Formats: sequence, C-alpha cells, structure tokens
Amino acid sequence: MTHLGHYPEGSRHLLMGNEAIVRGALEAGVRMAAGYPGTPSSEIIENLAAISKDPSLHLYVEWSVNEKVALEVASSASFAGLKTMAVMKQPGLNVAADYLLHLSGSGVRGAMVLVSADDPGALSSVNEGETRHYAKLMEIPLLEPGDFQEAKDMTRWAFELSDAIRNVVLVRTVTRLSHASGTVIMGRVPENDKQAFFKHDGFIIDPNEGVVMSPPVEYKHGEQHRKLKQAESLFENSPFNTYTGPDTPELLIITSSICSLYSREAVHMLGLESRVGILKIGTTYPLPRQLMKKHMAACDRIFFVEEVLPFLEEEVKIIAAECAADIGVKTFFGKKNGSLPMVGEMNPDKVIAALSKIMDTAMPQRDAAYAARAGAVAFGGSPHREATFCPGCPHRASFFTLNTALSMDNRNGFVCGDIGCYSMGVLPAGFSTLKTLHAMGSGTGVASGFGKLSKFGMDQPVLSVCGDSTFFHSAMPPLVNAIHNSSDMTLVVLDNSGTAMTGFQPHPGIERDAMGDTAATIDIPAVCRAMGAEVRVCDPFDLHHSRETLLELIGRKGVSVLVLKQGCALSPEKKSSRRYDMRVDETICAGESCGCNRMCTRVFACPGLVWDKEKTKARIDDVTCAGCGFCADICPRGAIVKKEVA
Amino acid sequence: MNAVTLNVDPYNLIITGVGGQGNVMTSRAVGNMLSQLGLHVTIGETFGASQRGGSVMSHLRISKTASWSPQIPLGGAHMIVSMEPTETLRVLKDYGHPGVRVITNTRPFYPVGVISGQLSYPKDEEIRAWITELSEKAWFLNATEQAVALGNPVLGNVIMAGALAGTGELPLERGIFEAIMTTRFSGEKLRMNMDAYDFGVAHVAG
Repeated sequence: MTHLGHYPEGSRHLLMGNEAIVRGALEAGVRMAAGYPGTPSSEIIENLAAISKDPSLHLYVEWSVNEKVALEVASSASFAGLKTMAVMKQPGLNVAADYLLHLSGSGVRGAMVLVSADDPGALSSVNEGETRHYAKLMEIPLLEPGDFQEAKDMTRWAFELSDAIRNVVLVRTVTRLSHASGTVIMGRVPENDKQAFFKHDGFIIDPNEGVVMSPPVEYKHGEQHRKLKQAESLFENSPFNTYTGPDTPELLIITSSICSLYSREAVHMLGLESRVGILKIGTTYPLPRQLMKKHMAACDRIFFVEEVLPFLEEEVKIIAAECAADIGVKTFFGKKNGSLPMVGEMNPDKVIAALSKIMDTAMPQRDAAYAARAGAVAFGGSPHREATFCPGCPHRASFFTLNTALSMDNRNGFVCGDIGCYSMGVLPAGFSTLKTLHAMGSGTGVASGFGKLSKFGMDQPVLSVCGDSTFFHSAMPPLVNAIHNSSDMTLVVLDNSGTAMTGFQPHPGIERDAMGDTAATIDIPAVCRAMGAEVRVCDPFDLHHSRETLLELIGRKGVSVLVLKQGCALSPEKKSSRRYDMRVDETICAGESCGCNRMCTRVFACPGLVWDKEKTKARIDDVTCAGCGFCADICPRGAIVKKEVA
Repeated sequence: MNAVTLNVDPYNLIITGVGGQGNVMTSRAVGNMLSQLGLHVTIGETFGASQRGGSVMSHLRISKTASWSPQIPLGGAHMIVSMEPTETLRVLKDYGHPGVRVITNTRPFYPVGVISGQLSYPKDEEIRAWITELSEKAWFLNATEQAVALGNPVLGNVIMAGALAGTGELPLERGIFEAIMTTRFSGEKLRMNMDAYDFGVAHVAG
C-alpha cells in the first residue's frame, strides 16, 4: 500500500499538519521516534508506527510510558549517532522538562528534534499551555512552521540544524496546524541505513566520545550558548522568515505559526496589502537580531499577532530597546496593549477587528438583519449539544456507581479527577462526580494529601480516578507515596483497555506495542497489590457488585484500589457488537409518576435511552444503544429488560 | 489547472455534523478530489473528546493561488454541507449570509438534552423553512435513510459529497472520486460507494 514514506519526490498531496511533520522527519532520515499520545500530537507517532515495518525506512517507533521517558528513549538513538525524534503535547513537555534541561546541557550527537504540540483555546485540553517559553528556559532553538508545506520542510531542516549545532531543536506546532490539512509538495526520502554505536571511552568531556552529561556545567553551559549563537546566525538568512508587503509599510505585523495565515487573511479582507507588511517568523528563538532590526528600521508601528502568550512581542521589544539608538522609538500593538486578547485561540476575525482599529479602516460588515435573524433562529432551533460519554461507555456506569456509593456512604466523600475522557466526570455527563481536575496523575497525588488531613479533623472519604494509560504514565508514584505515608484513600482505576481518548494507542498493560509486535504486559491489580494496597477488580457494568465493593473499600483505613475493568465502547473489538438486546417494558415503566425522577433518561442520560413524549415512558433507541445492559440495573421498577444476544 | 475555475477565490466550504457521523472522512474526500486538480486546499478541523456527540465542523478553503487560514471568517461561507439539520442552523448563525448555499441531510441526531426531554427539537418543516429563508438556495435530502437502504449509514457522507458535486458549485469530478475510492475499496464496497455518490449527484441535479 502507498503510504507517506513512498510518495514520490515532487508529488503533491493533501496532508494533515501532523502527517507533514512525519514526512519531514522521514525526508531527514529519522531512525527512532518516541512519544506519549496527546491531542493534537498523537497522529505523528501513530503515522510513523503504521509504516514502521516497512524495511526501506529503517524505523524504530514506540509509545513510551510518559513523555519524559519518551525523550530519554529518543535521546539514546542520538547518543548512538542516529537521527531521532520525541513527540508530545505541551503538557507532556512539562513532564519531560526535567530531562530536557539536562539533555540540552549535555548536547546531542545524532540529530535530535523534539516536537511539542500546543492547543491554543484548549480545544481538546484542560489548559492552553505554551511550548515557546521552554526554548528560552532550556536555551535551545525553536522553529514554528506557519503552514503545511513548512510543517514538512521545517521538520526536515530542524534535523539539519540539530546536526549543525549538536543540540536538541524544538519544533512547535498548534492544533490548527497539526489537525488541519493542506497541500504539500514532497521532497526526497533518503535510503541510507546507519549502524548504531555508542562511543563512550574517549576523554570525559569529548562531545563525540566522552560521557554524555551536562557537567562540567560552566564549560557545557558555555558550549550551549555558543550553539545558540550559531543557530541565531543561521536564522539570519533562513528562508522560513519571510516578508510580504511594501518597502516602508505604515504598520509591520510580526507573526508566527498559524497566526501568519490569520494575518494574511486580515490584510486581504481589509485591502491593506499596499500599506501593511507581514514579517512571518519561522525561527522564533533565538530571534535573528539583524533581520528584526532591519525590518523595524523600516517601520515605526509594530503589531504582534501570535498565540497564546506574548512571546514574540516580549522578545522583539527587548531587541527594539537595545537597538533604539539605531532604529528609533517604536509604537507597539499586541496583547500587552489590549489590541488582541491575552487568552484563547486566535482566528481571522479577532485579527481583522484589531487591524481595522489600529489602521483606522472600516471592517467589512455582515448583513446586520441577516445576522440577527440567523442568531434568533439558531437560538430557538439548534438545541445545545452537551459533551457526553458515548452509548455503552463504561465511564458513565463507573461514575454512576461512584456517585451513588458516595451518596449512600453519606460522609460527603469526593473524587479527585484526572486526564482522559473521564475528565468529563466534572460535568453532568459524569454526574458531576469529580471535584478536582489537573495534570496527568495529579488526582492520586492530591488524594494522597487529602488522605492525611484527618489530623485536622477532615473525615470525608477521599477517592481518585485514573485511566489505565494514566496509571502507568504518572499515577504509580503518587500511589506509592500514599501507601508509604499511610494515607487513607481509594484509587479507582477506570481500565478501558487502551489509551482510548486519543485513539487506542497501546500502553504497558496492552499485549501489543506501537509497531504491532507482541509485548509483555504489566498487570495493574498485581502492581497495586505488590505495592501494598488492598485491591479489588470489578466489572463496571455490574452495578451492585461494583457499588458494594466500593462501599467496603471507602470504609477501610489505608490505601485501596478498585480496578473497574471494561473495554471502551469505541474500541475496535467492541464497536458495533452488542452484548444485550435492550427494551423497556411499557407495562412496568410508570414514567413521571414513578417517583424515580426519570432515573434512566433524566439522571443516567445515556444517548441510547430516549424519553418518548407521546407515551410519557422511556424507550430504547435501537440505532444508538450499544447493548451494555447497565441501565437494566438502574431502573427501580425493573422496567428495562435485557436479553443476551445469541 | 488552467481549465479549473472557481466562482470565488478562496471558495469557503463548511462541512458540519455531529461527532462520529464521519465529517472528517467527507471533508478529506472532497479536499483530496480538489487537491488533485492542482487547487490549494486547506481543511480546518477539530477532534477530541469534547467532540464526542458534540457539534463538529470542517472548514475548507479552496483557492487557485494560495493556502488560506484553516478558519473561515464570520459570515464567510459560500456553501454549507450539513449531516444534521439543526447543525445547519448553528453554522448559519456564525458563517451564513444571504448568498450562502446549503445542502442538508434531514435526519435528526438528537442531543442528550433532547433525549432526556429537557430541550425540544424543532419540527422538520420549521427547519426547512428557516434554512430556505437564510440561504440563497437550499437542497434537502434524507441521506441517512438512503444510506441505510444502500446498506450502511456511513454512506450518508458519500451521498452528501455526491450532492455537493451535483450542485456544480465546485469542480468535483466523478472519475477522481472513483479513483480515490478504488485505493480503499473494491468489489461490492466500491460499488456501494459509487451508488451513494451517484444518488447524491442525481438528487441535487434532479
């Protein structure tokens, strides 16, 4: 089958930003790639894994247990002289940051690129964290592709740059690039095959044969700065920094990443092509000083368009201040002066509005009567679609169990949340069961602390949840912590057999690895028992057994773990297969007069259960119902009947 | 490439629906067909957990000259292809204008709030009247029903792609669609996809 690695040189293809990054890495001759799944970065490793068995590509690809390990694994290939890549979403970069600081100090041997994907506007995240500041903090170069062709070309060049300066190069992408698609012209994928060998017996500080480490710190730190200066001088003439506009514009837009397309759209919409120039920066850190100086000398008014934080704005202002004697005093517009919002995602409309105000130019207006009418129609005619768990999702059942168990226990217990589809447990979809929500693994860490507050009179039961992949990623250390420090808490592992939210990537509990090979599995209950926790395993679709077990565990002192094991409804194994045929017995369902407050449709609210307004009774929607059978147990009258599918 | 013409440049197409209906598949198929003619196509999409059962939208920018931003400016859609009738209204609110054209699948996909009886869902006639009022030209078809009749509800996406081709608004060629489908399917599945495409074309043309 034709795939990304085979598209011939010069051919044009519609590629997702993440696919373009993959192609760029292949054209660079990448040999190893490691990452941890996270939207919007997941398709990079996924696509590489899918073609990793192609013998012509010589690839090793893995889903690592977390981002820090991914960075460590990927770096090993560099130390052995190979080209290598680590991939993660921005919050994962926080996880990997500790190692990154040491790695950027030690430097690399084979070219090494770190791709970090930001999610401005938190379209599929619980924050809109920034990658770019890490470049400054870690003192490594940063590239930001501005379109799909650049996503490929700059990834390839990032390897060349890393090779030239012998340090890690950071490539930052965003959701609107990673998950958008555009036309890309292919380059050549080389055929060379290189042997891995780690030279380690040279003089201790020899960069090619010595010990790979960040000490002696002053010497290595100095080397790191020399490398950064070298990158800056290469950036001065980089084709990835482009200027379009008049020689002496009335306003200079300085922009990067996908915001460069919004800027171009805004200038076009306002017809300002002859008055406004756009300096699109691809080499964001360190900024090429001479280039910036040259463009600022030609214009006294500067407008920054970027997301999320004012990173370019601050870096450029430093250069402007230092060069003020040569280029004069500038007036700046951007996030700092309120021209653009400090938070959230950019879009063409925000840039158009800001630009029209700065340039004092009229904005193209929407037909006001039309907009008002369309707004009124949609207000009444488009019922809100609240995010919810899929029909047959084990998380809905698990949260129902958690919620009712805590009510029955009646001591004001609560659950600390974590990152996954089950984060929706903060919403009515999960009966608003989760009361804290932070980073991967943090639910159990926070619960470990809560479980010690009995010293201060707190007698509420403390629970946390995490998914199976999150358990391995970062919930194990806090569980160890809770056990060692005699905390009182219960961890509920919502084990749906895969990294479901991001597309069923394997994890250490799964019998296959990223490349599709059989893999050794780590058994979650056995690990927890070995740590010293009291462990139970239940099927979340068995309401009564799960609830009784949970009530027993939260009544105990010490650390307990309940593993609720049931595959995701969307998993390839379960999708479009039903365990039960469900129906509502209309002779038993008493509708509104039952006294159950319509437990099935108003409280449980699975999309497979419908309220029949005419009959004023519940009904199963046969097209939507996944046949999990759980709702049969929640009806107090037993009106929902399940029959095993033959 | 020179023979290819666009009514406007960039041509802004929105493909909308509910998470899980196959929006991404449709927008990619349409985008690929146009890209093969040498056009610059940008498709803006979002996916992830927040889209499960939620509203989803793909923004396609089609141009002879350049890659445009993956987000269409407000009031800037030329064509809306919608897999779900109330999603059409939601998109018209932000991206519609008196000159917009619309193709709507008439089969409702009820939100959880409607299922639970807390929200109401408008009647089919009401929705048709609103869409007709808010567009220059509107086509309605029950793509889901027809897809089920053809053998698989997911073919609804192919019917809608065919309908878009049938409007003649964009240079979508049957031969290119068939070539793309041939790389993925063969035999009965390929035939079902082509039947679905042809149904869409015929419905709109007729």
